[in-house]
Amino acid sequence: MTALEERPEVADLGLHRQLGLTDEELDAIRSRLGRDPNDLELAMFSVMWSEHCSYKSSRPLLRTLPTSGAGVLAGPGENAGVISIGDGLAVAFKIESHNHPSAVEPYQGAATGVGGILRDIFTMGARPIAVLDALRFGDPADPWTRHLVDGVVRGVGGYGNCVGVPTVGGELVFDPSYQGNPAVNVMAIGLLDERLLTRAVAPGPGNLVVLFGSTTGRDGIGGASVLASATFLDGDSSKRPSVQVGDPFAEKLLIEASLELIEHGLIEGLQDLGAGGVTCATSETADRAGTGILVDLEAIPRREPDMAPFEVMISESQERMLAVVRPDHLDAVREVCERWGLPVAVIGRVTADGDLAVVSRGGELARVPARALTSDAIVHERLAAPPARRRLAPAPGVPVLPSDALPERGMDPGAVLLALIGSPNLSSRRWVYEQYDSNVGANTIVPPGTGAAVVRVRGTSKVLVASADGNQSVSAIDPALGAALSVAEATRNVSITGARPLGVTNCLNFGDPTRPEAFWQLSEAVRGLGDACRALGLPVTGGNVSLYNESPGRAIAPTPEIGVVGLLEDLSKLVSPAFRTAGDVVVIVGQVSPGLAGSAYATLAGVAPEDGPPALDLAAEAALQAFVREAADRSLVASAQDVSAGGLAVALAESAIWGEIGGHLRLPIGNSPAVELFGESPSRVVLTSTPRHAAALVLLARQFGLPVEQVGVVGGDRLIVELTGAGATGAAEERGSRVADALDVPVSHLAHAWEHGLVRALGQEPDALPLGEG
Amino acid sequence: MTVRVGVVTFPGSNRDADAMAALALAGAEPVALWHESPDLQGVSAVILPGGFAYGDYLRAGVIARFSPVMRAVSAFAEHGGLVLGICNGFQVLAEAGLVPGALLRNRSLRFVCRQVAITAERRDTPFTRAIPDRHPLRMPVAHGEGCYYADEATLAELEAGGGVLFRYAREDGTPAWAADDQANPNGSLRGIAGVISTRGNVAGLMPHPETAVEAALGSDDGLLIIRSLVESAAERAAAGGPALVGGPALVGAR
Repeated sequence: MTALEERPEVADLGLHRQLGLTDEELDAIRSRLGRDPNDLELAMFSVMWSEHCSYKSSRPLLRTLPTSGAGVLAGPGENAGVISIGDGLAVAFKIESHNHPSAVEPYQGAATGVGGILRDIFTMGARPIAVLDALRFGDPADPWTRHLVDGVVRGVGGYGNCVGVPTVGGELVFDPSYQGNPAVNVMAIGLLDERLLTRAVAPGPGNLVVLFGSTTGRDGIGGASVLASATFLDGDSSKRPSVQVGDPFAEKLLIEASLELIEHGLIEGLQDLGAGGVTCATSETADRAGTGILVDLEAIPRREPDMAPFEVMISESQERMLAVVRPDHLDAVREVCERWGLPVAVIGRVTADGDLAVVSRGGELARVPARALTSDAIVHERLAAPPARRRLAPAPGVPVLPSDALPERGMDPGAVLLALIGSPNLSSRRWVYEQYDSNVGANTIVPPGTGAAVVRVRGTSKVLVASADGNQSVSAIDPALGAALSVAEATRNVSITGARPLGVTNCLNFGDPTRPEAFWQLSEAVRGLGDACRALGLPVTGGNVSLYNESPGRAIAPTPEIGVVGLLEDLSKLVSPAFRTAGDVVVIVGQVSPGLAGSAYATLAGVAPEDGPPALDLAAEAALQAFVREAADRSLVASAQDVSAGGLAVALAESAIWGEIGGHLRLPIGNSPAVELFGESPSRVVLTSTPRHAAALVLLARQFGLPVEQVGVVGGDRLIVELTGAGATGAAEERGSRVADALDVPVSHLAHAWEHGLVRALGQEPDALPLGEG
Repeated sequence: MTVRVGVVTFPGSNRDADAMAALALAGAEPVALWHESPDLQGVSAVILPGGFAYGDYLRAGVIARFSPVMRAVSAFAEHGGLVLGICNGFQVLAEAGLVPGALLRNRSLRFVCRQVAITAERRDTPFTRAIPDRHPLRMPVAHGEGCYYADEATLAELEAGGGVLFRYAREDGTPAWAADDQANPNGSLRGIAGVISTRGNVAGLMPHPETAVEAALGSDDGLLIIRSLVESAAERAAAGGPALVGGPALVGAR
């Protein structure tokens, strides 16, 4: 006889199913309680055992990730990862998704995504200093996509601009798989004094539990369980009431008040209220401290009358914080909050019994072990199975025949480059980032638009360098490789500035984990992520998993989004990707490996079906990044650019556009022109140096065991790449000799294509182009 | 003695700290002023900083003008005290009627953050005296409601009376007069980026000089404006206090 049959009344009501719990999960709840849950308890379990709060499908996978490393002060399980940057300072950072809310209501979905991740940062005692957003949508020509893009960009800006945290970087990707299921990932970075590091704990029975910030309303009821943890049905607007509404003004006050409370040593623990509301904040802080919390429901300030107890307990009303306060500090806490105009209420106290109990007017409404809601939540062992029709990548080192990979007949490489650099995914993101305040705080050293974001640490010579990257194209073919490539690219983007990557935060956007293929993708991606982080010696300090990113028959491509923060000790050694001075020597470091699948070129031109993505050699990647950092530290480098989307040609074009100067290169073609020019094989960089330093730079690369080639010079107003060697022979004849065996395009044409690509794709009018354009 | 310059913090101000840091760089002692207090603490000049005072949900600057500190700032200005409003601070000054005109939503109907060039139309004011020549100054704008608007009569009066303090310009310094000029980031009429009161002691501008104070931040041109304010305030402090009506004669001064 099962538990369900013993107590038919709860199961028969089917309330648990309406709340998104399965019969198996109801059974597990009953075994933890030793009785039936009442309705309020069931509602509390439903949010806390949602995929979003409990990680019930992904937890076993995430445990395999490396999390320790030098200087890690807080890792997974806290609100954000925290890593020391020396001199008593530390950086807090984390990335999180708000995909489902943004699909339903793009402005508020994105805005509250920013608000939520900022709270994760200042809850640790850190002042938020930068935001990056990684956005993915379907077809840019589609009116609904345009509506989503517009709303999400306005939402990110509307919130970040008002709260006064600069949005300094990110990415914007269009891919058909996101049609109807956009991915909105936001990363935030904060800076703190190590001594002020604050944890989300509720220690000390007898301490007071204080709620401050906004009042509690009916917005966001069940956001975690309804929105974030189930598949969308087409055109389902009935979920709209579950989207929270953001108030960045309130958040700004919350930041100032919270940091003041921490600075004055007035609180024992601090937790923001996000998914799961009061239930989540109380149970998690109690569980982490091994205590319990008694909540007086009537003490929670509301913004609407007649709210049911479950609504109050699981509401996801935004801009609220929960602090654990010693009774003798209460008056001082009140004074700070009231000074910032924030309502403050004592809503309970810390107990020793380990239970989250809810009382109202003397009666007990709920009593649940805090750990049953959090660390002892159910874990599901999901089935993983690779897809039936899986395209296999060629074994590493096996050359792909030029004919397989190269639809180059009739191809003018210059025309291909112009098409690529003006394509929706590779063109300038100016239309997006100009809607974000990127310099409030007066710390932004490199504004958005040209590679990794750079913010300084005021009062020191240190700068923080951040990048957020995800490779969904390769992940769709090989999720482990795609995740590893994402780590490689994000860290490489940081390393080429001269900065040393400190750690990794990740946002795993995947489909329905109960579908074996989707769960296989997730587990493969986590494997690739772990392998790459171990090879590069980097800890994963936190992140977020977003599952159920699909509507019937349409799942997003597996999207492991990787956020990396790096540290450069000396701002004066910062290296830019822009070409600098005529006469500088151009050097390419790294090995080309064949394979065009998953590349931007493949999207444009197609590839042979047996072609796979290029291979990744993690040891070579680690050596390359160490080399670039060393070269930067020795001041041997004038510019450094990595080869990623669009391949070498796009990398060169960007350096030329950003530096407003051309270059003349002779490129030996070992594979095929398409692979050499447009292939995205990783672990490669284009460096320039003054003629005086070129020999030392080449020598240093050899000392790191890296293939290195001096290929030309910076200068002129055209980008010219002559193709030489066996691989280039005959291509011109096949094209009818109308085009020389060279890529030759004026930099101004490249700049024009790059500047106009995105606005054109979105059907927008450019409001203004850089001075000297148009 | 270091001159003391106040920076008002409204709830929602978010460039108050940047203004304080810029003042310190320019050699002043920044003094934090709180929106609920009418006490200006004897400062010799006041900056109203950027941000979203009180959330700006109704209209930028409209609530802030009624705050206790603004009553004091208005009285301070009335007595000739130096007041500089930057971005949201400019919006507050315009709402309070301390400078002419209004700031409407940007031409694009979108927030715009970018590096712009502006030229000082006058270099004889307390806010521009350290600017050496007509070379355009580079600094960022970051606002949703920065399109300067006034009726034709007011515009004519401004132009004739030397009330236009800054104008958006192209990189070569040519003014971006036209509302649709690409160097005019928000559609401001006559490319107006900043104005000064008739008495010459209250000025507002949309661009952010306080963010362009170090070469590492992309430009240090903004420091010329901050330094002008600090020097002027110091002179006034030395002359016996902030309450002197000062500033040059305004008519026709270019």
